[in-house]
Amino acid sequence: MVNSRINTENLNLWFGKNHVLHDVNLSIYDKKVTAMIGPSGCGKSTLLRCFNRMNDLIPETRIEGRIMLGEKDIYAPKTDITKIRAKVGMVFQKPNPFPKSIFNNVAFGLAIQGKYSKCDIHSRVEESLKAAWLWDEVKDRLHSSAMALSGGQQQRLCIARALANSPEVLLLDEPTSALDPQSTAKIEELCLELKKSVSILIVTHNIAQAGRISDYTAFMYLGQLVEFGKTEAVFTVPGDKRTEAYLTGVFG
Amino acid sequence: MRSYKEKSFQAITYITALTTIVLLMGIIYSLFREGIPLFGKVDVRSFLFTNSWYPTHAEPEFGAWALISGSLIVTVGALVIGIPLGLGSAIFISEIASGRMKEIAKPVIELLAGIPSVVYGLFGMAFLAPLIRQWFHLDTGLNVFSASVILGVMIVPIIASMSEDALSNVPKSIREASLALGSTKIECIFKAVIPAARSGIIGSILLGFGRAIGETMVVLMVSGGSAQIPRNIFASARPLTSTIAAEMGETVMGDLHYQSLFALAILLFAITFITNLITELVFLKRSFR
Amino acid sequence: MNKRTLNNYLGIGILAAFLLMTIGFLVVFLVRMFYKGLPVLSLNFIFRNPREAMTAGGIFPAVAGTFWLTSLAILVAFPLGVLTAIYLSQYGKPRWLVRTVKVAINTLAGTPSIIFGLFGMAVFVNLMGFDVSLLSGSLTLAILAMPMIINATEEAIRGVPNDFSEASLALGATKRQTIMKVVLPTALPSILTGTIISIGRVAGETAPIMFTAATFYSRRLPHNITDEVMALPYHIYALMTEGTKPEAQVPIAYGTALVLLLMVLTISAGAVAIRFSIRRKRKW
Repeated sequence: MVNSRINTENLNLWFGKNHVLHDVNLSIYDKKVTAMIGPSGCGKSTLLRCFNRMNDLIPETRIEGRIMLGEKDIYAPKTDITKIRAKVGMVFQKPNPFPKSIFNNVAFGLAIQGKYSKCDIHSRVEESLKAAWLWDEVKDRLHSSAMALSGGQQQRLCIARALANSPEVLLLDEPTSALDPQSTAKIEELCLELKKSVSILIVTHNIAQAGRISDYTAFMYLGQLVEFGKTEAVFTVPGDKRTEAYLTGVFG
Repeated sequence: MRSYKEKSFQAITYITALTTIVLLMGIIYSLFREGIPLFGKVDVRSFLFTNSWYPTHAEPEFGAWALISGSLIVTVGALVIGIPLGLGSAIFISEIASGRMKEIAKPVIELLAGIPSVVYGLFGMAFLAPLIRQWFHLDTGLNVFSASVILGVMIVPIIASMSEDALSNVPKSIREASLALGSTKIECIFKAVIPAARSGIIGSILLGFGRAIGETMVVLMVSGGSAQIPRNIFASARPLTSTIAAEMGETVMGDLHYQSLFALAILLFAITFITNLITELVFLKRSFR
Repeated sequence: MNKRTLNNYLGIGILAAFLLMTIGFLVVFLVRMFYKGLPVLSLNFIFRNPREAMTAGGIFPAVAGTFWLTSLAILVAFPLGVLTAIYLSQYGKPRWLVRTVKVAINTLAGTPSIIFGLFGMAVFVNLMGFDVSLLSGSLTLAILAMPMIINATEEAIRGVPNDFSEASLALGATKRQTIMKVVLPTALPSILTGTIISIGRVAGETAPIMFTAATFYSRRLPHNITDEVMALPYHIYALMTEGTKPEAQVPIAYGTALVLLLMVLTISAGAVAIRFSIRRKRKW
């Protein structure tokens, strides 16, 4: 039996008058990789950004329904958003390291909380870089600029930066779409390793990628969660015509 | 604790932002406070439209028309020189010059904008004025013409840099469309590019106007200083700014003369304020970005 | 050659002529300033006090006065300007206030500098009783510098890609932490460039300090902020318009002007060079 880490309950979202998400009920299971697929503009990235409340940054966003992280509703009044965001890490489509040193990038999340000693930070940075398979490549130049790394390295640095907060969930928003095939493969392998300790939700345009790395797949279309289930099941016997059409490339 | 810090930081930025409004209000208030009492004794119409500025006579007279016309004439003169030089340079740099030349020309224009006005004043007084006197066989070279030349050059960087921005913001497709229809380079520039950049160019000219009419040191040092309506371009003039600068030292705080100089400042402020507002709201729309 | 081609060349020629005239004026101007100013220039000229009612000796009190006026003005204007720009670009609510502040800033930027001088005289010198002093002059110049610093900072902050703030917020940073630890450090080089340019402008201003700070003749350096000070720009003006020995004063004025010009141009050129190198190094 798998436990769910995040549950959404009748989630609806509007940008201004635009109804973007319709009655989404989705579960993210503990220590599994869940992939969200669907055509551009279907709302999958918007849904992803609900889980760490990044949509709050967009003016005139309105949300109904609940998102439960464990026992807590993350949209409950008086919730400390910064704590939610530390627990739910996020990696963006385009690698976005800060123009700071490699070390300071990874240490950022810990440093802003202001409750860790230098020594703690050092060991956590090392752990996180190791967990993101970057340690061996950068251990001799921790204090040089992160901007000098290659695209794939930058993206793994962003993963390490999110891991340093010891998140319960890691959100990946098309993390490999700006990378070459080799770097992509490495990140996919990394996901399979990371799911041993953290729940992963990945938005991807690449159906094959979803098939390779995910345990569960959610198919979104026009703001609705059309289908959700074990990846093998969704890919082999899709329950909805729209899912089948998307998977076979009828639209994309 | 954290949210307390957040709130107070936001409050501090909010308060500092308000200080800009408070400062502007303060400036307007203090000009009016010091200047308005004059109009208890001199009526506004005769202040604006009579031509007799004798503030220190036993029976003082405050007719500022000569000063106003001095400002306007010198400023128009500056525009006559500044617009062709500034626009011409901008068009050349934006449309004709090579990338390399652009890279040099733009910073040079920026450096020009940084030259202190008092240094221009010195140059006008000690170099240009004697030359003008010789060339045109005048009694003095300190006159409207010299002041206009120097002021004109001073506003070149303003007009040039802002028009250049406006021109380079014109999409490439407009140029290509015009050239593809068989127009020559100059036809393309004047019939397609400039009309598209029109509002930015007009905005730059208005800013140049505001800068020229408000400039103090150059006119104080170069325009000659007699409070008469200049009869020709080689006559001496006494614009508003130089009147304020030259006479403030002789006044006693709160006397009529002091008040009259603040009244001139109200007028000057009103002119530049309206010019700026029109420029911002109509032509540049920067305040609404 | 047909008429249109001829007009084309003629037009380009006229445009080039306007550019050349501008450059020509600049060249004549600079040559003249150096030709007349260089013979006067020496270390003694810069670092000695004036003698014999300004007709001989150096200009050190004016150099020091300009240094102090400018430094204090920037010290006041920089934090105010940066915080205002943070409000405008990062908080930006309510919208009507942002617009009002922007109109106020652009109005201040377009206000003639003599008006700042009058305001400083009415408020700092008379109303607050600071007298004609370094303090009154610096505060007046600070008002003049604020719009420049605000505009430069706002532009610099807007140049910081949104990706960086998003990454910071997604890691659990608060808005303030994001601004202080990510946005400002990233924008800092451009903010400093803008500030340096405003230093150049402030150092060369005459009208705002005429009635608030400047004195023609002072044998000693300012000792505290309530002293009157000499300043390079005002010194040039005074040498050209006051005193009785123009043949001795004009060369000193040229020397002073060259010092001021070199100072201002070095400062601005430095800023332009820094900006150039930032643009080349920037990787985002």
